[in-house]
Amino acid sequence: MYRYDEFDATMVQERTEQFRGQVARRLAGEISEDEFKPLRLMNGLYLQLHAYMLRVAIPYGTLSSRQMRKLAHVARVYDKGYGHFTTRQNIQYNWPALVDVPEILAELAEAEMHAIQTSGNCIRNVTSDQYAGAAADEVEDPRPYAEMIRQWSTFHPEFSFLPRKFKIAITAAENDRAAVKVHDIGLQLLKNEAGEVGFKVIVGGGLGRTPYVGHVIREFLPKEYLLSYLEAILRVYNLQGRRDNIYKARIKILVNAVGGDHFRELVEAEWAAMAKTNVDLPVEEMARIHAYFAPPAFETLAPESTALEGQRDRDPEFARWLRANTVAHKVPGYTIVNISLKPIGGIPGDASDAQMDAVADLAEQYSLDEIRVTHEQNLVLPHVKQGDLYTVWRALKAEDLATSNIGMVSDIIACPGLDYCNLANARSIPIAQRISERFADLDDQEELGELKIKISGCINACGHHHVGHIGILGVDKKGEEFYQVTLGGSGAEDASLGDIVGRGLSSTEVVDAVEKLVGFYRESRQDNERFLDTYRRLGAEPFKEALYAAA
Amino acid sequence: MPLLKLSEGRLSPALEEALVEVSFEEWVENPQANAEATALVISNDAPLADIAADLNGFDVIILDFPTFKDGRAYSQARLLRERFSYTGELRARGHVLRDQILFMARCGFDAFDFHGNDIDSLEAAMREFSYVYQAAADSAEPVWRRRLKTAAAA
Repeated sequence: MYRYDEFDATMVQERTEQFRGQVARRLAGEISEDEFKPLRLMNGLYLQLHAYMLRVAIPYGTLSSRQMRKLAHVARVYDKGYGHFTTRQNIQYNWPALVDVPEILAELAEAEMHAIQTSGNCIRNVTSDQYAGAAADEVEDPRPYAEMIRQWSTFHPEFSFLPRKFKIAITAAENDRAAVKVHDIGLQLLKNEAGEVGFKVIVGGGLGRTPYVGHVIREFLPKEYLLSYLEAILRVYNLQGRRDNIYKARIKILVNAVGGDHFRELVEAEWAAMAKTNVDLPVEEMARIHAYFAPPAFETLAPESTALEGQRDRDPEFARWLRANTVAHKVPGYTIVNISLKPIGGIPGDASDAQMDAVADLAEQYSLDEIRVTHEQNLVLPHVKQGDLYTVWRALKAEDLATSNIGMVSDIIACPGLDYCNLANARSIPIAQRISERFADLDDQEELGELKIKISGCINACGHHHVGHIGILGVDKKGEEFYQVTLGGSGAEDASLGDIVGRGLSSTEVVDAVEKLVGFYRESRQDNERFLDTYRRLGAEPFKEALYAAA
Repeated sequence: MPLLKLSEGRLSPALEEALVEVSFEEWVENPQANAEATALVISNDAPLADIAADLNGFDVIILDFPTFKDGRAYSQARLLRERFSYTGELRARGHVLRDQILFMARCGFDAFDFHGNDIDSLEAAMREFSYVYQAAADSAEPVWRRRLKTAAAA
């Protein structure tokens, strides 16, 4: 894992002191709320429906045990004993007092964490594959590049007042777990025919009210030019992105207005004219950052633990959890463990301080001190020895963290919705809870297989409904909460945007609707195809009929 | 709205001098007719990419922040300094606030029509950070260069 050196530590401490001064000036009335707003936003502090909300970055989703304990501590001391993990590998605290925020940031800085640029019209927290460094299918660990981007983008003087927020995601696997095609910039690490490592560069994807799958503007960018190429993209966007209408200000609108090919020409021209050696890191610095992500001290283990086989045979509940929540690791004898933050009927992505502490303890003891946060609002212990799986499972179960539902119908992404958010039109959390309860039976869930439900409480699409196999969008209809259903979306390597299927549904109808859609899939599927595959094979019509015919 | 100038890392109040201003569009249209102009005023949607002429005939180039949230002039400033080798005074005009002035200085501005009166606070704003992560149009050395030097010295 990356560790701050004196420079990083100083920058974060000074940022905390800067914000302390800004808060003091705001509290003293020296600056207006309008002037304070962008300053607090660049430190992740929003004003929500009921209170301030503080969004803390978890760069590329990687945490140490010490950092997780600090997050638990902040939840306990400064909030109501819980935090909410988001779709962008951040954690949000819903109830901090403004006057406490500088102190919270100082505490986080002690654990090499911050809330820098988790909001505002700047380059946001860089996200990545939650299995980075452990996945069997990756070209190499993408996180060193994510850390390079973190540093380059931090307090970037030119790109702190962009037309709109800017999100970058990076993956190193064909199986895209970072949703790179629906980000402002998506980067896919790959090898060319000569065996050199570089990036496929995808620009202009995004969700929100105008969803787009991104355009590939470069098939192969040599890795040493990563930062200068990003700088060229950002400069074109900063100068040419629309500023007259915030709904048309994201880079996706620019890219799609001028066309992907023309946008590529603009970027390539800017890049060609740029003094790259001032931007790109020299090999020594790239190597320095890479060294922090060297593989941890894996033991040489037998590929399959015999003890594990026995435990699996004796305990079907454990066997189910193994099937549902664990993933192959690249090192023999190790397993990637997913921790579900989606207990049946629970609030997606929420974790209590006690749960966070428990995960920290488990990571320290059984996962080489590493924890990951996923964009699907779950946690991961990336490096668990197979011989420890049973112990880890029992400990997770004791904390209600072992629901065997990863990727299944109750593993729902939901935004905070009208329960917290002042942009929302409708509640998301109660819908997620009721769907989860409706499909509570784990045998049924497993039998249904991969089925991704994503719920947004408004058109801004924080719950990624456009890319849900089943997407649910909350809308306001004459003061009443209604829900629009979309089908057939995907945020993975087979990215697509869902189709709207018909009239909106009331909050009482929407859970039944999901059940009807799932029921139709169950009757219609061939072999072991997923819900998404059945939908793609049959098209929208029969699903619409199933949904509305009997209603 | 005091005029401040940055010299060797220090901000000081400066006297308003009489400038003969010309807009970028007028100047591009007819440079000869505007030969007397001492200051070029560039709106933040002016396309700079095609400038072929030498800008160093101007004493001052003025870039605009119609609101502090509109950051186009940061890119324009860097292009003027780094691509078009403009070495004269680069002035920020408009909604020029304390908490943006360091970013402006880093992008190559060295004069500010400051939108406020608390000049003392600006000195503090310029010194809030000891290091920078990236090279820009100022002389600040990015941390990766410092790291190289530290490693070389060790």
